[in-house]
Amino acid sequence: MDAKRYELNVQLAQMLKGGVIMDVTNVEQAKIAEEAGAVAVMALERVPADIRKDGGVARMSDPLMIAEIKKAVSIPVMAKARIGHFVEAQIIEALKIDYIDESEVLTPADEECHIDKTRFSIPFVCGARNLGEALRRIAEGAAMIRTKGEAGTGNVVEAVRHMRTMNREIRQLAHMPVEEVTGFAKANGIPYELALKVRELGRLPVVNFAAGGIATPADAALMMQLGCDGVFVGSGIFKSATPAVRARAIVKATAYFNDPAKVLEASMGLGEAMPGLEISALPKEQLLAGRGW
Amino acid sequence: MSRTELNPSTAAGKMIGVLDLQGDVFEHLDHLGRLGVAARPVKQAEDFEGLAGLILPGGESTCLARLLQIFSIDKVIIRKFHEGVKLWGTCAGAILLAKSLSGETPHLGLIDIEVERNGFGSQLDSFASEASIPRLSQTPIPLTFIRAPKILSVGRGVEVLLRIGDFIAAAESPGVLVTIFHPELTPSLAFHRYFARKCGLQPGEEETAIDPSWDKTSWMRLARITPMERRSAEPLAKVLPQEMDHENPEGI
Repeated sequence: MDAKRYELNVQLAQMLKGGVIMDVTNVEQAKIAEEAGAVAVMALERVPADIRKDGGVARMSDPLMIAEIKKAVSIPVMAKARIGHFVEAQIIEALKIDYIDESEVLTPADEECHIDKTRFSIPFVCGARNLGEALRRIAEGAAMIRTKGEAGTGNVVEAVRHMRTMNREIRQLAHMPVEEVTGFAKANGIPYELALKVRELGRLPVVNFAAGGIATPADAALMMQLGCDGVFVGSGIFKSATPAVRARAIVKATAYFNDPAKVLEASMGLGEAMPGLEISALPKEQLLAGRGW
Repeated sequence: MSRTELNPSTAAGKMIGVLDLQGDVFEHLDHLGRLGVAARPVKQAEDFEGLAGLILPGGESTCLARLLQIFSIDKVIIRKFHEGVKLWGTCAGAILLAKSLSGETPHLGLIDIEVERNGFGSQLDSFASEASIPRLSQTPIPLTFIRAPKILSVGRGVEVLLRIGDFIAAAESPGVLVTIFHPELTPSLAFHRYFARKCGLQPGEEETAIDPSWDKTSWMRLARITPMERRSAEPLAKVLPQEMDHENPEGI
């Protein structure tokens, strides 16, 4: 990926700002998401809540399913590859969709290396729990970042933790004398040049969405008020009682995140949200956010 | 509202609004700030008062169309257009403004052009190039196309500003400007200057096509995490509403 291609890829993420990216598992759901006002869809075989329930190895989806979804909608289509599985990424790139999510929701294929994303023309979004992780992914060529949160739980607490952690570290950097940056970068595993960039910009140098556990319009507005640029909703929509209504409500609440009257309006009469999971009650090996480094 | 109720004097606003529902709003605000043009994000019906022009930014047209409808902002835009407020749509914005959409129901229908969404393909087909548009600038203007639509044809009263191969990339009518590319993603201020003049405003005198101080992260000064840093970016920060201070909502 040359510099110009990378710039175009970052710019596509800029176009998604203020929007909601929705997980979908078939053409019908993709159409519901588009009709509700999603800015993109993430095509995958099982939503994270089901991956969590079913167990086993979670892999890239059947490319035929991704291709059918691509044909059915006009909004950008994303799909997930396993962490480090660069051949899954090659296959998805050959499908000519719009974005790859190198995702901890799937079972990692490599416990040492993430994908070298600079070798691709297609853009990548990657998850992160803190500033260091976000900047390591950017150094590897990610054009967009999202918080990891804890996918498939319907519990927003981890996404909040990750967003607040990133914000705190960005604030620290922004107020730090330059001679302290080397030590801070070393301690947090941050590439030095990117640490300087963040210090200058006062934010991540690419678009940063929230993901992992967002289930209600209020959750989406919460993440937006914490400073993210947009939200991913995975299981939250199609595991709820009324997906189409909830999808529209989350789109509304994300656009008007700082207008309580409109978030209130969006929150009324949605029926049952997806059942949530208490993170501390989950066995450690079932936590997805710890995958990748 | 019928055309006989038009009152041209209500268009004597001094400010350009950027529709702030979804998409690259900050990028346009940053460009307008560089020209010294007063600008503000617009998302409620009351925000439209006193505008000379409105930019419909890039984003996802289906999302924007849905949000315009839910809160009846579409009706406000149509009313303001008939009152004389000038409109400019970039990419998704152009789709929203078109009178005819290939195979789909059009949205605002305020300029007689036919548009085809996703005219080039997927993100892998997004590209950058440049073109000479003498009316706007002495030097070539950089162009950025992101999953762009194509303008296939224009009707009577619509003038083509830029044609590339088999499609039209920019066009205008007396009240509406449309571009399928994103001047707000380039260092060129030429289109923003042109639109400000179309709105009856006087943007800065400087006629160079390129602003050398612009870079691809310039918009980020309007979307900082750190409140103190954001305050230090005073001239541009003025265009932002107070509540954008995510981390410090009380302003303490």
